[in-house]
Amino acid sequence: MSSVWLAVAVVGVATVAIKGAGPVLASGRTLPEATAGVLELLAPALLAALVATNAFASDGELVLDERGAGLAAAGIAVLLKAPLLLVIVVAAVTAALLRAIA
Amino acid sequence: MPDASVTVRPSLGDYGAGLRAITPLMPAVLAFGVSFGVLSQAAGFDGVAAIVMSLTTFAGSAQFAVVTVMSAGGTAAAAIVAAILLNARYGPMALSAAGAFRGGWLRRLIEAQLLVDESWALSQRDGGFDRRILIGAGLGLYVGWSGGTAIGVVAGDSLADPATLGLDAAFPALFLALLAPLVLSRKRMAAALLGAGIALALTPVTPAGIPVIAATAACLVGLKR
Repeated sequence: MSSVWLAVAVVGVATVAIKGAGPVLASGRTLPEATAGVLELLAPALLAALVATNAFASDGELVLDERGAGLAAAGIAVLLKAPLLLVIVVAAVTAALLRAIA
Repeated sequence: MPDASVTVRPSLGDYGAGLRAITPLMPAVLAFGVSFGVLSQAAGFDGVAAIVMSLTTFAGSAQFAVVTVMSAGGTAAAAIVAAILLNARYGPMALSAAGAFRGGWLRRLIEAQLLVDESWALSQRDGGFDRRILIGAGLGLYVGWSGGTAIGVVAGDSLADPATLGLDAAFPALFLALLAPLVLSRKRMAAALLGAGIALALTPVTPAGIPVIAATAACLVGLKR
């Protein structure tokens, strides 16, 4: 087996296991209250980390580029209660315009 | 023979709602699927392997990591470790949504594969997760990502870079829009700010993937009364 196919196979199997572990092992069980209180905060913590890394991380470095400007524009759209589609379009158009100028 | 008309069939309505919820992001997902296909070809990656990877791994950042590590002369082991680190976040994410899945273990295992950042984020409802939204959105993402990869492998370099169209800015915007309604309580806001802070602080000093996993530690503020 070539190293490419080895990587594809191992990563594929590992990902299936990582995604499936929780739903297969913990489904249908009632979690202890303390666990539930912690898991409830998992979503905001992870979402905020995804915002931060998708906007400001590039190849292991912190950068302030057009994505950050797009995120700022999206933030204004969110504050103005714009629908999801508009928030996404505002961010993409802002980044595209800044790149076109640069 | 039982009358088919009395068989209770699940309504397609909620799966459709998941598909509709993901529609705004579809151009970006398709474009990044295409760019993964193009990049894999530019890196000398087997085209069929790239498409099989989108169909089986179905996680953009890990797949880009494998292709870039291996095209830079890295070993399969280095690529595998990078991809598993990047996908490790799906462990806690899938655990948080575990209560939403139904049926036997095999069905839960298969349905859980449709969990990716976007379908997980979109399916949050009232402190829990809506299984049909997750599956509907996940299927849309799966078709867009895998189809885009196939287009990219076949079409090669003749297509525009999604960054030119600002499509890379669509993802942080999506996550921000989904985060905003969640941070109404002080504790959740604290978890979000701490999570973002941990991720940013670790970005320059740890391999890719670690910052987002470490950010999950921010939910431990929930233990404080």
